[in-house]
Amino acid sequence: MSDKLTTNFAGIQSPNPFWLASGPPANCRDQVMRAFDAGWGGAVWKTIGEPIVNVSSRYSSVDWNGLRMMGLNNIELISDRPIEDNFKEIAEVKKLYPKHAVIASLMVESRREAWHDIVRRAEDAGSDGLELNFGCPHGMSERGMGSAVGQVPEYARMITGWVKEVARTPVLVKLTPNVGDIRAIARAAKAGGADGLSAINTLNSITGVDLDTFTPRPDVGGRSSHGGYCGPAVKPIALHMVQQLAGDPDLRLPVSGIGGISGWREAAEFILLGCGTVQVCTAAMHYGYRIVEDMIDGLSNWMDEKGFHTLDDFRGISLDRVHEWKHLDLNYKIVARIDADKCIGCDLCYIACWDGAHQCIHLDGHPAPSEVEAASRSRIAVTPIAKLDAERTKVPSRIPTVDEAECVGCNLCWLVCPVPGCITMEQVDSGKAPESWEQRTRS
Amino acid sequence: MITEQEFAARFSEIHPPLGRREALVEANRCLYCFDAPCSNACPTHIDVPGFIKKIASENTGGSALTILNANILGLSCSRVCPVDVLCEGACVLHRYNQRPIEIGRLQRHAMDHFYGAGRHLPAPPAARPGRVACIGAGPAALACAARLRQAGFSVTIFDKRPLAGGLNTYGVAEYKLSPADSQKEVELVRALGVEFRLGVEIGGEFRIRELEQQFDFLFLAVGLGPAQPLQIPGENLPGVIDALRLIAEYKTHKGARVGRRVVVIGGGNTAIDAATAALRLGAEQVHVLYRRSEAEMPAFQFEYDLAKQEGIRFRWLTQPVALHGKDAVEAVECVRMELGPPDRRGRRQPQAIPGSNFQLECDMVIPSIGQSRLIDFLSQFREIHLAGGCVAVDPATGQTSNPRYFAGGDCVNGGREVVDAVAEGNRAAAAIARRLEEIHG
Repeated sequence: MSDKLTTNFAGIQSPNPFWLASGPPANCRDQVMRAFDAGWGGAVWKTIGEPIVNVSSRYSSVDWNGLRMMGLNNIELISDRPIEDNFKEIAEVKKLYPKHAVIASLMVESRREAWHDIVRRAEDAGSDGLELNFGCPHGMSERGMGSAVGQVPEYARMITGWVKEVARTPVLVKLTPNVGDIRAIARAAKAGGADGLSAINTLNSITGVDLDTFTPRPDVGGRSSHGGYCGPAVKPIALHMVQQLAGDPDLRLPVSGIGGISGWREAAEFILLGCGTVQVCTAAMHYGYRIVEDMIDGLSNWMDEKGFHTLDDFRGISLDRVHEWKHLDLNYKIVARIDADKCIGCDLCYIACWDGAHQCIHLDGHPAPSEVEAASRSRIAVTPIAKLDAERTKVPSRIPTVDEAECVGCNLCWLVCPVPGCITMEQVDSGKAPESWEQRTRS
Repeated sequence: MITEQEFAARFSEIHPPLGRREALVEANRCLYCFDAPCSNACPTHIDVPGFIKKIASENTGGSALTILNANILGLSCSRVCPVDVLCEGACVLHRYNQRPIEIGRLQRHAMDHFYGAGRHLPAPPAARPGRVACIGAGPAALACAARLRQAGFSVTIFDKRPLAGGLNTYGVAEYKLSPADSQKEVELVRALGVEFRLGVEIGGEFRIRELEQQFDFLFLAVGLGPAQPLQIPGENLPGVIDALRLIAEYKTHKGARVGRRVVVIGGGNTAIDAATAALRLGAEQVHVLYRRSEAEMPAFQFEYDLAKQEGIRFRWLTQPVALHGKDAVEAVECVRMELGPPDRRGRRQPQAIPGSNFQLECDMVIPSIGQSRLIDFLSQFREIHLAGGCVAVDPATGQTSNPRYFAGGDCVNGGREVVDAVAEGNRAAAAIARRLEEIHG
């Protein structure tokens, strides 16, 4: 492995930016060692604290159009193993894998002594850093921990402060997205002395209701409880929050990105929006540790293609492309163009434009979708049989056309088109100088 | 003759059903096109993306009703339709270099669910004035009768055979559709309240006048006549049986006696059905003779492929000129053909090559060169014009030159697919219903 992916995150070194997030894949020594063998650069240990008792079942998911686990929800609590076992195993892993990052995720009751004690033990075991779990939205929060801390800025600042009183290694605070403005908690963590941030933890969720038993999932003997949502579905929410944190001039803390990362593409996106490392849980739960091979390979190849030699070469370069809406150019104009040679005639763009957008895609000679359908239904179709048919009935063209004068450039047709490169959004000259809403309304 | 067990094994279905999981995966591949080409290609315009989405959402009962709403013979069509040239042939995924959606098998999945769960169609509305007779109980008549009954009118179906269903019961290769499945569809129509009068021969001036008095409108769906004769010497020898008779016989009796070396004459789908049946019934060698070449053969490509896979041998540009034999057929005398200039339809006409005669030994000959037109029978009905031996109708309504008569199916279209007959039955039913409403209000 080349060292172009090596990472120094708030003082924590790792051979690459791919860390296992605190969760089931990083629950014990053997798992973490197998993960490091597979190529993971670091692991945030499953949250350590006073052992808890879990329920069964614990997970539920959202499938979409036949694809499994677009989103995953869990009601599992922190580690159910004794604290000393976890620390003993961290020490063993660190001895065998000194160059990999092992970060202890911690959660104890909100007492200064309890936090001092667990921090010392974690560091004595050889942890490279600490991640304070202020984010779990289920179960632990009912006991005054996890997101119960992470939703109140004063608590977050206070506990971070307690930890920093004794910590010798970097302290990361893992943030909950279940707040109005994630930056408020992040600023409190910084005030408490945090060295870095991890975001996001899971979102409060109920994934679904069983339509036969009427019990929401996961079903624990006829009852359910809200859980924490993660997986590919949460990536856009995570990216937004990461951008808010990384783009906040008051923060200036390293951010470890978490939320829906399942491949190198998502990893690149999080790094482009300022993340120092990325953490993965659901994808490893779905497919195993082996997914990291393509994450490393793909990111590395993409960097070569783009001419980036280190992660720092592109870290955060997309941040200054994110602006408030009022600064966008109102005179920038794009229109949809359909490549008739690539079009397969599914006409999904047509119906999307008519029912979901601005009625500017057309099929020959028909003013509205109902008339298109009526014409088709009234057409007499017969099974073509060579000996009976002189020639096959000609079916009217199904290639839609765009009225560019009416097209608002919304992208919907391009998004629904199943054929890559068939619809393109192309810039047209609006004949006007750039002007934002703010500029237009200032005068 | 083969045993019943052997029959069941040899005539088992060629397209196995989709499992539930397979059906879901396949249904989810559907793009859900708007104004979908598959629906447009279907003569009955089944809302294909609609019923597939319902399979994907596990609303399989709703999916079945979406199909039956457009095509009461959704079960048999899912098994016998030449989907390659209809819905699946029109699938946009072809243009995307992907396998088309397996629409036929998905439809079959929904239909099997419907019949397997013992479901019924919604009860038709209360009876209203208006009586219609369907002459013939094949696909066109079943479709027309079901539609009219669902609109509240009274319908009686007459057929001379003991079982309804027409060629669906008596004429479709067993490995595609069994008579039992055909009867399920008949029962569905019967359950709507359609009256069946089976084993009844229609004909004679008196009987026809009687029907005209009893019914407001008559729907002619009598199909085609007996097999066309070869018109060559020796065709009445024992061992010569036409394709449709052979198919009806083996389907009725779960088997039939066939020769060791069989020659089938003709290049259509029925010829292939007969050839593959002969092989399954125990023939050692089956030849198909066709007077034109492979390119002109009217059978669908997938039927031809199936026959080749099964070991049927095709002899192109070969025309039988006589059948020879003492007590039974022993040989076919053939002449080689060559293709001449195209006719007005653009098909090249075969011409015999003088002196090219040769003999093909065999002990069974199955002519399959099409069915005759029922010209004599149809001319009993007053003021019904024929064109080329078929009933002339307005294609949009199925109305004949006698406004009280409508017609559909093979007797109109000259012999097409089940789905075409259903479409014609549907269109006639809609037109008859409009007329009945005008008359009875």
